[in-house]
Amino acid sequence: MHNRGAVAGAVVLLLVVIMAILAPVFFPASPWDMVGAPLQPPGSPDLLLGSDMLGRNIASGIAYGARVSLVIGLVSALVAVVIGVTVGALAGYFGGMVDDALMRITEFFQTIPGFVLLIVLVALFSPSVVSIVVAIGLVSWTPIARIVRGEFMSLRTREFVQAAILMGESNLRIILRQILPNALSPVIVSGSLLVGTSILLESALSFLGLGDPNMMSWGYMIGAARTVIRLAWWMSVFPGLAIVLTVLALNLVGDGLNEALSPRMSRKVQA
Amino acid sequence: MTGVLARVAFVSRRLVKAIVVIFAIIVLNFFLVRMTPGDPALVIAGEAGAADQKFMDDLRHEFGLDQPLWKQLAVYLGHVAQGDLGFSYRQRLPVTQLIADRLPQTLLLTGTAMAIALALGIAFGTMAAMYAGRMADTMITVLALLVFATPSFWLGLMAILLFSVKLDWLPLFGMATVDSGLHGLALAADIGRHLILPAVTLGLFFVAIYARLTRAAMLEVRELDFVRTARAKGLGERRVVVRHILRNALLPVVSYAGLQAGYLVGGAVLIETVFAWPGIGRLAYEAVVGRDYTVLLGVLIITSIMVIAFNALTDIVYVLVDPRIGSTG
Repeated sequence: MHNRGAVAGAVVLLLVVIMAILAPVFFPASPWDMVGAPLQPPGSPDLLLGSDMLGRNIASGIAYGARVSLVIGLVSALVAVVIGVTVGALAGYFGGMVDDALMRITEFFQTIPGFVLLIVLVALFSPSVVSIVVAIGLVSWTPIARIVRGEFMSLRTREFVQAAILMGESNLRIILRQILPNALSPVIVSGSLLVGTSILLESALSFLGLGDPNMMSWGYMIGAARTVIRLAWWMSVFPGLAIVLTVLALNLVGDGLNEALSPRMSRKVQA
Repeated sequence: MTGVLARVAFVSRRLVKAIVVIFAIIVLNFFLVRMTPGDPALVIAGEAGAADQKFMDDLRHEFGLDQPLWKQLAVYLGHVAQGDLGFSYRQRLPVTQLIADRLPQTLLLTGTAMAIALALGIAFGTMAAMYAGRMADTMITVLALLVFATPSFWLGLMAILLFSVKLDWLPLFGMATVDSGLHGLALAADIGRHLILPAVTLGLFFVAIYARLTRAAMLEVRELDFVRTARAKGLGERRVVVRHILRNALLPVVSYAGLQAGYLVGGAVLIETVFAWPGIGRLAYEAVVGRDYTVLLGVLIITSIMVIAFNALTDIVYVLVDPRIGSTG
């Protein structure tokens, strides 16, 4: 590993994961519990990062919030990858009418304002980890589908695929066993960048009050801080820094993967 | 004149496509309400407090919820075609009117943000390309990395904290000073002061995107033959960069700007919420808080139409400007 950014990102990410796992060890009380006087500034006794207007510990909220962010970020990205790979593989492999139809659907999802659709989905199906994860996956799969489609279109003309077709292998087997493993590296790269995007989307949802009501999250903490911004800057500053650090670390790791897996693409812009 | 014909054909194809997508979004909206767990009549009523049986029965009848599904869809499409997006039982106003009241403010905010983003993004991107590999380039790259990792709503709060609470330079939130009695230019200046923070915050993400795009496009164009010719003619560096490199690098940047309209609208929901800017984004937030689903679905339809209109417009402008495109599409 000679990419310093990616190494730094990986270290930060590891620390966030450890914080998420050990949250109950550091903070045995629930992050929703009142543990001190309200609106205590950072550095108060037992309140490293201060407390909010209900006397809840900000540091504890950040530790527990890491769990929500990481889990929702990872699983949503996974959902998006599964949808995107399925659509892209079918479109690229079969071509023709199938491709036309699937690409119309992809364009449709690209046109519709994703974040507004996300809000509508989560609001209508009531916020929970499951609805949030599925909704984020539903609004973020299109770039993956386009990449996979391109890979499949070029790979399916190659000799080893033609050979498999001649040997009478089933379409499903060719897609899964022959083509997909060869198309995997761009999927891994864009999938890893999707984790950061999903964390940002989840934080935006919980900022608007559409997070899972049973789980403390960074976005929720920032949303709660909005009305008391004049009184307690620490309530919004620290959770926000947690989001920036985590997403930055993920993006650096993603860029590092990109360089490692596809050297010729390393200096290209990824939008 | 096959060229003109080809362009007319392209524009009309583009319009038909736009109409088909709008139709699909309306149908999606319809099925979203039907797929929601629970009674669709409750969704339409927006859980409007103690809805009595008669009210709910009236609603069911009005929306044909006692009819087969395809008839319901026809009723719904008929309503939307007449510009009727339903009624907000919470705000006691038609959704179309609620949205129409808020639309100009959102257009002002998103338009300003887009203008800032294009101006700053192209300027930074040009600088980064001219000094590629040096300090300025690295700094712009690092800034872009940071911006991509920062939630816009948090950035907005931090801007309020710094410029309104600590420094007291700019108003905290809202669109104009309440009861100021200002008119004409003074009112415009007041709105401008309220507009700065939300527009810059909303635009910043796109500044980063356009800077990266401009940089990449310029580095590509820079290597082309006509640039070498321009230099060989003895033109000054500034003239070569502005007239030859930048102009040619700009076309892809501007066309990409059209594709970002959806993100811009989504970002507006968050920024309007943070700054209490009275646009449709803020309306969507109020609808979420009040479980006013009819309004929320109306916002989805209208913002989608905005995005489609903007996309179609950039496509058409692009074709009119650049004659090489138009035959395929």
